[in-house]
Amino acid sequence: MIKFTVNGRPRTADVEPEMPLLWVLRDVLDVKGPKYGCGIAQCGACTVHVNGEPVRSCSFPASAAAGKSIVTIEGLAARGRLHPVQQAWIDHQVPQCGYCQGGQILAAVALLKKNPNPSDKDIDESMTNICRCGTYARVRTAIHAAAAAMKPAKA
Amino acid sequence: MTMRFAPSRRKFLKASAAIGGGLTVGFHVPDVLAQAKGAAGTEINAWVVVRPDDTVIIRYARSEMGQGSMTSAPMLVAEELECDWKRVKVEYASANENVRRKRAWGDMASVGSRTIRFSQEYLRKGGATAREMLIAAAAQKWKVPAAECTASGGVITHAASKRKTSFGKVANDAAKLEPPKEVKLKEPKDWKIAGKPIPRIDIPDTVMGRQRYGIDAQLPGMVYAAIAQCPVFGGTVKSVDDAKLKGRRGIIKVLPMGTFVAVVADNWWRAKEALKDVAIEWDFGANAGASSASLMDFYRAGLDAQTDIAVSRKQGDFEQAFSSAAKKLEAEYFTPYLAHSCMEPMGCTALIKEGRVDVWTSTQNAEATLAVAAGVAGVPLENVEVHRTQLGGGFGRRGGGQDFVRQGVAIAKAMEGTPVKMLWTREEDTQHDLYRPASLVRVKAGLDPSGNPVAWYSRVASTSIISTLLHLPLKPPLSPAEGIDPQAVASFTDLPHAIPNVKIEYAQRNAHVPVGFWRTVGHSQNPFVRESFMDEIATAAGKDPFEFRRALLQKSPKDLGVLEATAKAAGWGKPLPAGVFRGIAQTEAYGSYTCAVAELSVNGNGEVTIRRLVLGVDPGYVVNPDNVLAQMQGSAVFMLTAMFWGEITIKDGRVEQSNFHDYRMMRLREMPKVELVLAPSGGFWGGVGEPGQASIAPAVCNAIFAATGKRVRSLPLKNQGFSLA
Repeated sequence: MIKFTVNGRPRTADVEPEMPLLWVLRDVLDVKGPKYGCGIAQCGACTVHVNGEPVRSCSFPASAAAGKSIVTIEGLAARGRLHPVQQAWIDHQVPQCGYCQGGQILAAVALLKKNPNPSDKDIDESMTNICRCGTYARVRTAIHAAAAAMKPAKA
Repeated sequence: MTMRFAPSRRKFLKASAAIGGGLTVGFHVPDVLAQAKGAAGTEINAWVVVRPDDTVIIRYARSEMGQGSMTSAPMLVAEELECDWKRVKVEYASANENVRRKRAWGDMASVGSRTIRFSQEYLRKGGATAREMLIAAAAQKWKVPAAECTASGGVITHAASKRKTSFGKVANDAAKLEPPKEVKLKEPKDWKIAGKPIPRIDIPDTVMGRQRYGIDAQLPGMVYAAIAQCPVFGGTVKSVDDAKLKGRRGIIKVLPMGTFVAVVADNWWRAKEALKDVAIEWDFGANAGASSASLMDFYRAGLDAQTDIAVSRKQGDFEQAFSSAAKKLEAEYFTPYLAHSCMEPMGCTALIKEGRVDVWTSTQNAEATLAVAAGVAGVPLENVEVHRTQLGGGFGRRGGGQDFVRQGVAIAKAMEGTPVKMLWTREEDTQHDLYRPASLVRVKAGLDPSGNPVAWYSRVASTSIISTLLHLPLKPPLSPAEGIDPQAVASFTDLPHAIPNVKIEYAQRNAHVPVGFWRTVGHSQNPFVRESFMDEIATAAGKDPFEFRRALLQKSPKDLGVLEATAKAAGWGKPLPAGVFRGIAQTEAYGSYTCAVAELSVNGNGEVTIRRLVLGVDPGYVVNPDNVLAQMQGSAVFMLTAMFWGEITIKDGRVEQSNFHDYRMMRLREMPKVELVLAPSGGFWGGVGEPGQASIAPAVCNAIFAATGKRVRSLPLKNQGFSLA
């Protein structure tokens, strides 16, 4: 039995230790936000946060998540308020089909946590998730907008 | 909170009949659409339902795969309805109801960039008709002539008596009236909703992780299937040995299914892992020896053949004009097989129970899904429902074909009474696509002594999508002539340039590799040939590529218009920094006129830096301008991915690529600056989902020629020594 929290809620799963976290979330716990795209950590559609770090859950064994805190796209909005990255995604009409966007948003949140004011080059280097619809230009714009929105108000 | 799909339609039928006072025929409200949740309302017509609280539900019949039509199509209904857009909710029309109601919603397919251009008139009429009925109901109540009443923002006003009422208050009365036979549609210049950058209705759900795709179907008691298809196209299962799975946790069944093997388990990962331990012996059939080289020989034989050739256009006397031309050019161009690589792999969830079939799948054509499911299950069409979801990309993969539905329903039939979610791995998805056909093209041109082209010839050798996927005969009215697949010769048959002698031929050469509609279809490859060769002619004539095209398009005002507008925005002819070069190309596709100007540099290692990509489009009318920009940005990514890296190659009858590590997708760091020149000239309706791609590859390759002197005649560019910096 593996125990962890998902979006703040304690969950347990009776699964093989090597079962990828993605499939534990999707098929065992019915958390559908993380998506399957490639299964080999190439595309990032399955991105979730494990203790605040972005992880490609298709290639992350369930056993490695034991005792940890997992946040998926469903759990990003806190107390009914959108995360500034989510808001920027709406303001700039980023998604097209949307399938990869949960992963894109979680990757962007992780980037902004480490680097609150990323340059274009920083965005280039850290945003490696694949979007087949081609929303990249808007992803970039929205990250800059979210960074601006998240800046603490000047005294 | 998790959302579940409701398999029961009957409940909804009852609910809406009760609330609608018996006026609505009843409608399946998909649980996936948070927007449409709440009380049912009164159906005014197939497109418009009004709730007592003045909420307007607009039904959407086609699919949403990111192209934005689920917002744009209802915008057109709302425009004529004169409702308050802020009170609009959108729900999918049901494929089952479409069968029962004699196709009240018409064609449900989202293919061929046609959602707006093929349905705009009946959508607008649907809105206008409902508006007139609502006004008439209010006028009757007030005992005033309907002509004295107006509607705006969901409010009906009789100015003379200063009376007002709302749509919700008169909906029940309106639904009882006869719809007007004739309605007058607004002039686009008077639009208040259409033509404005309206935010997409599906985006909030997407960013909150609430959007539901086919892959997300969840049903009580559901089991999961992973499948292995015969690696060689056309092969079959000879024998299956599943001894190794004995006692394995979660495994429910191993099913030999003719052309594939399915493992059914209590979760998908267990099914997929178990499949690796099933020993499958295949009968590879006749194609196990095929390779990319043998396919190339097959197509080249088509270029040289004297027989089995069809002519799609013959104008003047090409042979005579070519043989007497002052200058002759001849070249061969190649474009490879390509995979769609939708981010959501193919899959299908189905439940067959008591003669009824429920299907949950990401489909571009719910009616085709319904028909295939009914056929496989052996039930009447009326007994099938296709539960609508967002698609994790489509790009033509999920329209015709419906192979994944055939498989999913066949598995569900073998597991009757139990819902089964069948999902492909990325590897299956890459190796069992319906590929963009490879195409080999011979082009010839003859110039007069002043450098004007007097003769043009193209012969295309490729697999016909229409005959092999849709099994339709290649003859009029579908084809311009007997034996012609119109997509295979697209942008050649309709060559708009003033060239007096033209001959266009098609050599239908159907190989064993299955083909299908890949975003922009024939226009994803032939414009590369046509517009690159046009540049070759301009170079041979010693003329500027823009001015050369301009002179030849004088009698094609729409092509000319977008060419000039785009060239102007791109600053064609203005000096560039050292080492930076331009290329231009222009094409019509899906009823829209497009042009691209690429501005780039190429370093000594063949690394291409695209500084700007200026994309011009004239779609006639623009419904949602920000969405047009999104489609153009997306088209740039899709085409740059294809032209730099895209190629599916064949060895031993099977596909060599398997996943994103060897079938490369463009990433954010490679995204160039895309500028849109939106130049709607009015008077016609063109598409926007696909046309944007058409002119990009030749514009980039023409700029590469300008920069390096190297003429690219075969894609992808990675095989020609170029990479995207």
